[in-house]
Amino acid sequence: MTDIDLKSADTQDATRPAKPVTFRGGGFQIKPLGPIAPLVFIGLIAFWEYGSRSGFISSLVLPAPSEVYVAFAELVQSGMLLVHLSASLQRLVIGWTAGTVLGISVGLLIGLSSVARAGLSPLVSAIFPIPKIALLPLFVIWFGIGEGSKVATILFGTFFPTVITTYGGVDNVDRNLIRMGQSFGLSWSSIVRKIIFPGALPAILSGCRISASIAIILLVAAEMIGAEFGIGAYILLAGSLFATDQLIAGVAILSTMGLCFAWVIGRAEKYFLNWRT
Amino acid sequence: MDLHLEAISHGYGSVEVLKNIDLQINQSEIVCIVGPSGCGKSTLLRIVGGLEQPLSGQVMQLGEPPAGSLNPLTYIFQDFALLPWRTVKGNVSLALEEHGLSTAKVDQIIGDVLARTKLNEFADALPRQLSGGMKQRVAIARALSVKPAVMLMDEPLSALDSQTRELLMDDLIDLWQREGFTACYVTHNLAEAVRLGHKIVVLSRRPGEIREIVEIDIPLAERSNFTVELESKQKQLWGMMREEALAADMELIDD
Repeated sequence: MTDIDLKSADTQDATRPAKPVTFRGGGFQIKPLGPIAPLVFIGLIAFWEYGSRSGFISSLVLPAPSEVYVAFAELVQSGMLLVHLSASLQRLVIGWTAGTVLGISVGLLIGLSSVARAGLSPLVSAIFPIPKIALLPLFVIWFGIGEGSKVATILFGTFFPTVITTYGGVDNVDRNLIRMGQSFGLSWSSIVRKIIFPGALPAILSGCRISASIAIILLVAAEMIGAEFGIGAYILLAGSLFATDQLIAGVAILSTMGLCFAWVIGRAEKYFLNWRT
Repeated sequence: MDLHLEAISHGYGSVEVLKNIDLQINQSEIVCIVGPSGCGKSTLLRIVGGLEQPLSGQVMQLGEPPAGSLNPLTYIFQDFALLPWRTVKGNVSLALEEHGLSTAKVDQIIGDVLARTKLNEFADALPRQLSGGMKQRVAIARALSVKPAVMLMDEPLSALDSQTRELLMDDLIDLWQREGFTACYVTHNLAEAVRLGHKIVVLSRRPGEIREIVEIDIPLAERSNFTVELESKQKQLWGMMREEALAADMELIDD
């Protein structure tokens, strides 16, 4: 008997039951589903409004969305929105930009030099977890009660996470690409500019997402120190007066700012990282 | 330009990787280095091109590299080592940017090497859009652009499927016919070695020593007509390597 005969003796049995193989492969693929997010958002607000009107959410506990909207409209009409917004954005942009630029520089330094890594990386790990809010009084003493201390708070807050993500990104650059650069006789600075920095850019940009959120969190803290204008100052004032409608309006402005930042960084990722698979 | 390897020994810590390697790579000759995995083939290649320093011994260049050679010792890597954020053109130009060439000259060189590797149409594609074989062609184009005296090829076809490997092997043979390049070609694939090598160096398992150097004097272009002879050479090589490979396979890797 040949091999084939052996096999076919087994398969020719027509009486055996046949059934299709059950599919068990699906379930873990995330697919885009269109405008679900706005629907969730609108549904939540509608429910909240309904709750406030029907009375099962007391207006003491949470003001109705319509009241919040009125507070927001007042803010716009009085022209104070622009004043608060520009004061806050200025602090955010200066603090975040300076913190990010410094953070990327120090991160690259730690990623590239053994001396800097040995000396600075424990220091970064030691200072990163300190809540910058705890240092506010010190910042006031060091940088004055004006803009200096506010910008410094945001700067410090964004600096450390940027350092850590940057040198993590540098560590993750494919060593073989660096070896390739060396094998073609590229100079040190070329390897850094053309291979290491672009290779670390994905990590740096995702670090920016985190540091932008941290910057907004710290904005409110920074505006606790004698700020006359600013979204944070507005929220704090509303809070101390228990004007919860204004408080929620201010918080909504902050989250809109967060959304805008995330969108901008998303665009930047699309533009700079179009080479990724 | 010839390369002479003189008594090269290397190791990491207490592990001896290479022992007393003496070898000549002559102009217009493809020298294949084969050996069981972990025998230090790739380390040897890195030493030859100056990417790693041996503990003892040295690599000597005999004679001058050809005029206009921008990077005499040029590697081709197993994983292609293309920058994913640069287009095909950009990846080739990376190797040319440090030499103070005019833009026109750079464009001319890029156009020339892309034509030679049949990549013209893909000049603006990103690596992620290319198949493995195409990526390795880009790496070959990049290597050709600097007019190397010796190409150091580290398992250049090992990451490719067997059909692509056949195609690329034909391309390499074509290229050698036209340009007569010099190469040191590391591989673990004996079929590649007998198709491409003028000289096949068999390394023993760790610490890598030269066990034997097999010369094949059938011209590269005619090798496809001598399958029987090549088969027997391949058998002979495998006979030498089998025991070593078996022993190497059983070793614990602890470095």
